Amino acid sequence: MTLKQVQGDDNKNMNRINQKLQENKKLLSIYFTAGYPNIDDTVRVIKDLEKSGVDMIEIGLPFSDPLADGPTIQASSTAALKNGMTTETLFKQLKDIRQTVTIPLIIMGYFNPVLQYGVEDFCKKCQDIGIDGLILPDLPADVYDEAYKATFEKYGLINVFLITPQTSNERIRYIDSISNGFIYMVSSASTTGAKSGFGNTQTDYFERINSMNLKNPQIVGFGISNNDTFTQATQYAKGAIIGSAFIKHLTHNGITTIDKFVRSIL
Amino acid sequence: MKKTYNINNKGYYGEFGGAFIPEMLYPNVEELRQNYLKIMAEPTFQDEFNQLLKDYVGRPSPLYYAKRLSKKYNTKVYLKREDLNHTGAHKVNNTVGQILMAKRLGKTRIIAETGAGQHGVATATVCALMGIECIVYMGEIDIARQAPNVARMKMLGAQVRPALSGSRTLKDATNEAIRDWINNPVDTHYIIGSAIGPHPYPDMVTKFQSIISEEIKWQLKEKEGKEDPEYVVACIGGGSNAAGTYYHFLDNENVGIIAVEAAGKGIHSGESAATSVLGKEGIIHGCKTLLMQTLDGQITEPYSISAGLDYPGVGPLHSHLYKSGRGEFYSATDDEAMTAGLELAQLEGIIPAIETSHALAIFEHKTFKPDDIVVISLSGRGDKDLQNYIDYFKL
Repeated sequence: MTLKQVQGDDNKNMNRINQKLQENKKLLSIYFTAGYPNIDDTVRVIKDLEKSGVDMIEIGLPFSDPLADGPTIQASSTAALKNGMTTETLFKQLKDIRQTVTIPLIIMGYFNPVLQYGVEDFCKKCQDIGIDGLILPDLPADVYDEAYKATFEKYGLINVFLITPQTSNERIRYIDSISNGFIYMVSSASTTGAKSGFGNTQTDYFERINSMNLKNPQIVGFGISNNDTFTQATQYAKGAIIGSAFIKHLTHNGITTIDKFVRSIL
Repeated sequence: MKKTYNINNKGYYGEFGGAFIPEMLYPNVEELRQNYLKIMAEPTFQDEFNQLLKDYVGRPSPLYYAKRLSKKYNTKVYLKREDLNHTGAHKVNNTVGQILMAKRLGKTRIIAETGAGQHGVATATVCALMGIECIVYMGEIDIARQAPNVARMKMLGAQVRPALSGSRTLKDATNEAIRDWINNPVDTHYIIGSAIGPHPYPDMVTKFQSIISEEIKWQLKEKEGKEDPEYVVACIGGGSNAAGTYYHFLDNENVGIIAVEAAGKGIHSGESAATSVLGKEGIIHGCKTLLMQTLDGQITEPYSISAGLDYPGVGPLHSHLYKSGRGEFYSATDDEAMTAGLELAQLEGIIPAIETSHALAIFEHKTFKPDDIVVISLSGRGDKDLQNYIDYFKL
């Protein structure tokens, strides 16, 4: 059964991401690295984020060579791997997550760990646990389309693609056509955590994308770190993603004041 | 269709290659993919490239019959003297090509990664030649063990930025260079130094380095009356000198292809860079290839005494040669390589780079027939490694 059929069936079976995107509000999505600051913090962080009012969570599966990430997320990945985080450990930690957590959960990572686990096994495990989608920045759209789209859809997973200010309109249309959730609109040409705040270049780009009337809503990521940037970004998009700023918060304050961080954004 | 070991039109060698890159890099890599063959075919590009290789690099590099080495191992050994190129290694063949490519693409800023520093020096050199800004990423550990090359890059006007993450060697320098490119997508060209990275890099680098085998063919014809040796031998880290040495022989199965990897302290010592034995198919730096990794898909930290071979992967061409059985793969330990390097110095009066010494250690692993013509790529000279040789042999 394809995802479209599922969507048509009834709201209960609809992917949590699509349900969430239908809500009449701007969405806050938070990224954190699984197994950071401590190996057993993963579930606690997820629960606290949900309780604090976050709409969606990206669970980072740490990778040894995270090419698209700046120093903050790199350091958290290195620390998580040192803590002993593995793909299998993450799946074990998340085994019962759906007994309590209801918001959409996305796993974000790099393609090689997924490839080594086995793409189909990985997707099946995600479905068993109740993961709603994946973001794998180094799995290119054309390879996904040709080799993996059918598998992702078989297990009800939404794959989220990135676009940047340099992405051509033609390619954005292509990415929109193979997406069935949202498009991750990278705010500027950078690795994660590199820049903060938006200038005219960004707002022009956001407006350009807006005017394309894509079928998938957009969520802005990279460069959002506080209430100001969140408000700015969500003027042009359905929501915004915060990663590095939250990791910094965990590094400096530990996991006991997550609600304070979320309140400072919303 | 004739069987070929070369790249197909989708950017793969067999099952290896492709472009597994984050979307942030797509426009840069796509621009290069659409243009590189066209630019390389332009007569003005070829003229300028060939002129620089001749007058600036000093090509053709000699094909030298190593008489005493041949006698010792009872076979006919020729050394392809890439060590005599300007800057002391084969690396400059590729950087001359890529700087001309970058200029034609309108780029004004060059970045590169380097391990031993040879590619960094070769890049800094061509940037000085063209008056273009140059930033070289180098692992912190490599900066310490290759001090003369760091000084050379600085003298040539390049900025050397240390890679402080991970194992602080070539892999991490490559990560940093890729991140720089993500942050500077419009004005910057990334000169990758090995036959690795997303398509079209492995093919472009291989084609620029293919001058090595092109010359071997006509030089051997002059000396031996035939173009094809029985074997071509090269060391492999990422595999650019090997790719260039093999290129014109890939589809001629009468020519044996031999690759020598760095076994470090022994293949199963836990301190090795012998990727063909220890590696498994996966994704590294934008391509699908054999790489050293944990069961979980985390890329592991390799080890070799040679900074230029200290890389956890091999280029996709080499993975294909290995998997298809077209290439014979061996690995030489630190000790075998150092000994072979000293032997070449004392038999032929040539001090090789430690990378190259691994290729010379082939005689420890394989016996050739007396009539075999064995061409070894003498990819670099050993000046930069003098301190390592001094420490190792207590000279």
